[in-house]
Amino acid sequence: MSLEHFISEAISPWMKEEGPDSDIVLSSRIRLARNLENYNFPDFASKEESETVIRKLHEANGDQEFGNWGEFEILSLDQLKPLAKRVLVEKHLISPHLAEQSKYGAVMLNEDESVSIMINEEDHLRIQCLFAGFQLKEALKLAGELDDWLEEKVDYAFDEERGYLTSCPTNVGTGLRASVMMHLPALVITKQISRIIPAINQLGLVVRGIYGEGTEAQGNVFQISNQITLGKSEEDIVEDLRGVVLQLIQQERAARNNLQQGLKIQLEDRIFRSYGVLANSRIIQSKEAAQCLSDVRLGIDLGVIQGISRSILNELMILTQPGFLQQYANEMLNPDERDILRAALIRERVELEEA
Amino acid sequence: MFCQDCHERPATLHFTKIVNGQKTEFHICEHCAKEKGEFLPGSNTFSIHQLLSGLLYGDPAISGTASPGLSQQSVLVCPKCGMTYQQFAKIGRFGCSHCYEVFDSKLDPILKRVHGGNTKHEGKIPKRIGSGLQEKRELENLKKSMQQYILSEEFEKAAETRDKIRLLEKQKHQEKGE
Repeated sequence: MSLEHFISEAISPWMKEEGPDSDIVLSSRIRLARNLENYNFPDFASKEESETVIRKLHEANGDQEFGNWGEFEILSLDQLKPLAKRVLVEKHLISPHLAEQSKYGAVMLNEDESVSIMINEEDHLRIQCLFAGFQLKEALKLAGELDDWLEEKVDYAFDEERGYLTSCPTNVGTGLRASVMMHLPALVITKQISRIIPAINQLGLVVRGIYGEGTEAQGNVFQISNQITLGKSEEDIVEDLRGVVLQLIQQERAARNNLQQGLKIQLEDRIFRSYGVLANSRIIQSKEAAQCLSDVRLGIDLGVIQGISRSILNELMILTQPGFLQQYANEMLNPDERDILRAALIRERVELEEA
Repeated sequence: MFCQDCHERPATLHFTKIVNGQKTEFHICEHCAKEKGEFLPGSNTFSIHQLLSGLLYGDPAISGTASPGLSQQSVLVCPKCGMTYQQFAKIGRFGCSHCYEVFDSKLDPILKRVHGGNTKHEGKIPKRIGSGLQEKRELENLKKSMQQYILSEEFEKAAETRDKIRLLEKQKHQEKGE
């Protein structure tokens, strides 16, 4: 394994698997925030402390038992070029915080990129597990096992009363953030989403764009996650989120049905127009590309468009991000150049599928 | 004025870049500014921590309007990492795990606000360093439910629970005795 392996491919190996309910739920993610006792939290730690944390993880990684989850690679952020960092962010393997603000950050990745352990992010450790489709429980189980394994090797900062201690009070307790990435085009088209989001917020869950905090929803893809980490068990947190996601799946399916029955021709028109844009445009901005990809993916899910694989949305959404385009072009591009390359890549990919 | 990059949205960010004495003016919209990402300060700086510290500043105990206790609060400082309570309130983050102990007396209202009224961990307990805690929590839970049974006058169930508690306590003593 090498860095190349992680930044050359747009879709991670785990994404190629088709998970349950993957017509609507693109991916499930569990993140556990953990800190080591006796060291200041990363943003307040000395160079020595930060290096010690990384060394401890290297030692743990050298251990044979880690073989249970495949081979792991530890990448130091200071050895990565800005572009490589950006690509890892676009693949959700590291957070923007780790890429931009962490002084002594590192990340530990397994071969199929389903596990990423960020080191010296806001907390000493951020264990992240990604699964295709709707598999929150499976992801929680895996994250729990990795957590148990790490706990054997390092001393966690844990308090009987407050639970796992984290740098930010919003993560204390379980340190658990469970989230799902959902494609909800029909709820957006029928404008139900604007009613649904406030309702979800009232349940203590958060709806965001695909790149987390402070990003807008591109291509009708929404990230839904828990806000509360204290005072509930991990299982309850995941169960509460699951309950809401199940309802959203039902509502999205119902809205898709209604659209197909009531506005069949309008819907098909929209889908094929978007398909036309993707197949023919010479210049395309990321926002328009995301919208058209969403339409085409809906067309695939509804059987209106045939012969194109579902993964096109997941793959092109990442491949057409600024970092990836530049990685692909192997040079820095200005926004105009990116829009041209984006259009070319999409055309190529669509033609490939048609052939 | 429209954004010079996308020509679609109104320009909301205006700035001048000077490189080697060469001046370039930019007028762009927020969307394109985000695309430019790291090159632009201020385009993506609002974070959860700022929001949180806003909440903390709303606390009369630190906003300065109160109280004779203020002088005492302002000297709360973590001996391990040197973080003061005021710094913590400003940035919304702890410096080290020891801060939790030092600021403990002030944490409940903050945690209640961000965690829907909760202040106590109910989740996973680490196996190695937390051994013993599991039994302790089980005992606490049993005692709680016994009280509830008594209040609702379900004495049979209360008695059953009491027996369970006794059994657990006995086991605990035996383990210690070994």
